[in-house]
Amino acid sequence: MTIQFNNESFRDDYSFYNSERAIKRFPFPFHEDSYMYSVNMEQHRGGPVDSVYEMRFDVDEHYVSEMRDRAMVLADDPLRCQSLPHMTLAGWDLLELIMVSKSEDYPDLFELHRDGNKWRWINKPLGIDHSFTFLDEATLPCGPMEYITRQAQGDFAVLDQRDDNLWMDAGMVTTQADWSLDFDIGMNFFEWHAPVPLAHEKGIFVRALKFLMNIQQGAPARRLNWTMTVNPLLDTSPENYHKWGIQKTELTPQNIGAKQHLRVELQTFFRLPRSNALVFPIRCYLCSFQDLMGVPKWGRRLHRVIRDLPEELATYKGFIDNRPMMLDYLKDFDDGLPTSPGIWPELDTEPPLTR
Amino acid sequence: MSGAEKITVKVTEVVPLNELVTRFRFERADGGLLPTFSGGAHTVVEMHDGGITRLNPYSLMSDPMDQTAYTISVRRDDEGRGGSLFMHQQVKAGDEMVISFPVNLFSLDLRAKKHLFLAGGIGITPFLAQIKQLQRFNGNWELHYACRSAALGSYADELTDHYPNETHVYYDDEKQTIDLVNLLDGQPLGTHVYVCGPKGMIDWVRKTAAAEGWPREAIHYEEFLAPQPGKPFEVKLAISNKTIEVGENESLLEAMERENVDAPYLCRGGACGQCETRVIDYAGNFIHRDHWLDDAEHAGGEKIMPCVSRFEGKTLVLDR
Repeated sequence: MTIQFNNESFRDDYSFYNSERAIKRFPFPFHEDSYMYSVNMEQHRGGPVDSVYEMRFDVDEHYVSEMRDRAMVLADDPLRCQSLPHMTLAGWDLLELIMVSKSEDYPDLFELHRDGNKWRWINKPLGIDHSFTFLDEATLPCGPMEYITRQAQGDFAVLDQRDDNLWMDAGMVTTQADWSLDFDIGMNFFEWHAPVPLAHEKGIFVRALKFLMNIQQGAPARRLNWTMTVNPLLDTSPENYHKWGIQKTELTPQNIGAKQHLRVELQTFFRLPRSNALVFPIRCYLCSFQDLMGVPKWGRRLHRVIRDLPEELATYKGFIDNRPMMLDYLKDFDDGLPTSPGIWPELDTEPPLTR
Repeated sequence: MSGAEKITVKVTEVVPLNELVTRFRFERADGGLLPTFSGGAHTVVEMHDGGITRLNPYSLMSDPMDQTAYTISVRRDDEGRGGSLFMHQQVKAGDEMVISFPVNLFSLDLRAKKHLFLAGGIGITPFLAQIKQLQRFNGNWELHYACRSAALGSYADELTDHYPNETHVYYDDEKQTIDLVNLLDGQPLGTHVYVCGPKGMIDWVRKTAAAEGWPREAIHYEEFLAPQPGKPFEVKLAISNKTIEVGENESLLEAMERENVDAPYLCRGGACGQCETRVIDYAGNFIHRDHWLDDAEHAGGEKIMPCVSRFEGKTLVLDR
């Protein structure tokens, strides 16, 4: 499989786009016609061919451009990448996990050659060929976590596990849905989830923490989460809210199909062997409403989910003001026919729109 | 699915260390590399002893960075239900066995400025791996190791040889004891204490440290309990709609597994909390033996840890 990398931007002129292939493999997050929080975890060990679940770390057509955007965010704000001193070993764990996974899963794009602790890493899409000594920071241009996450799509929260809790003690966070690593650094699981509505009352976080602390080596897990973003922005951070928040008011009935994006996070969880830390990669996928509407099942379902979503969740996810305009657009793609269960597009079996 | 991922290994060495302790070396049966792990991790070893399957946890004592082999040391327990006797008497070099991926319930707090290790008897094993891990990164550690006698002091000599400044060994038969209050008093700020050994030792360290004003978070402990034999008892499993008999020499968890009831587990030694089960109804007495539930929960009659705890009485109904 060869990947044609897009040359695109996630800011200014927003030249980001999804190819036909990217739309078909978009991780649509709703498995039924309604949505409520749940600890919707499953094992992360492969999935349908060419789906975002297939590989341990999905690499797609946005890879090169996303990495360029990350470098720009970091140049403006170095605090998007932080690692407390005791997390360096976890950083090496993460570097090893990503290098081994990518070189095995995408041998045409990435190579890892190891001779004891003498490692050579070749990243063809980014033009990197670097030899270094594993576990020797002096042989890398920056810390191990920063080094490898400048070459891996998605945000990474690296969590220390101690005192029956998880602690946000390191991370690379430049493509986030409005949360800040600099604010959350050093917090425990309950502290950094404090702003989330409804889920605490439902006991979601107590159960989720228990599940996460029991994730073991060799048995990674995954789930999907979602929100809404106007314009294909990767960096919707609180730090830059003054830049992107205002764009939510620029939505019109004419431009909503192109500008309004469903933002989906593929969240995975891996136990890191040498440090016993947990890494939480949060991979962001964006898809415009008009591209989603090309899949009849998704058109029907998205309308029903957004229409029936509790007000607290629409507020928390930041689109309560735009919801009427969204529904006005989406209703034309819901003909009332039933949808099949599951997230997959089912283009061959789902009937086309009947109005 | 219950438990951690499995690995098929070949026993490549069986070395009796002394009258009570034997060391086993495992390599991957397919010749590949084993996963790395963090110091303090254990593996659960599957034993097929006649018709009985036992899964016992043992601390990994080899270098966490060494992916060619794992080693464990097993102390023979003549009073127990036979897991350690099986390892001592039945397992031979060349045998194939199934072990779990490493699981760590006793990891180092890597923020610590210093790691103070307190070992009692076979409790030395997790520290052997942690010491190797810390040595690699120039960590600051100190070991105080109490054992019955020089003859039974597994690894005491090699530790003293390799790390004469860090290692302190105490022999019971020479009336040597750890001067704990004094030892704790002399530690620099940011020291974390780790204790692994018999229950009495763990309780003594935790109580003494608490009395000396140490923060709870700075005291780490691990004791795997082997399930103890006991009187047979009957359990009703509400979800599975089965009534099963727990035999004298099996645990409640093992009895559920025998009846193909999918019960979660991880450490099987009363430490991890994974097998916690809700009690729906009971008439009788619980014999709680785990470290997971607190005293109030033990008294409450609403939860049981089926890996090590038992029951005596008329009725027990579980949410499983």
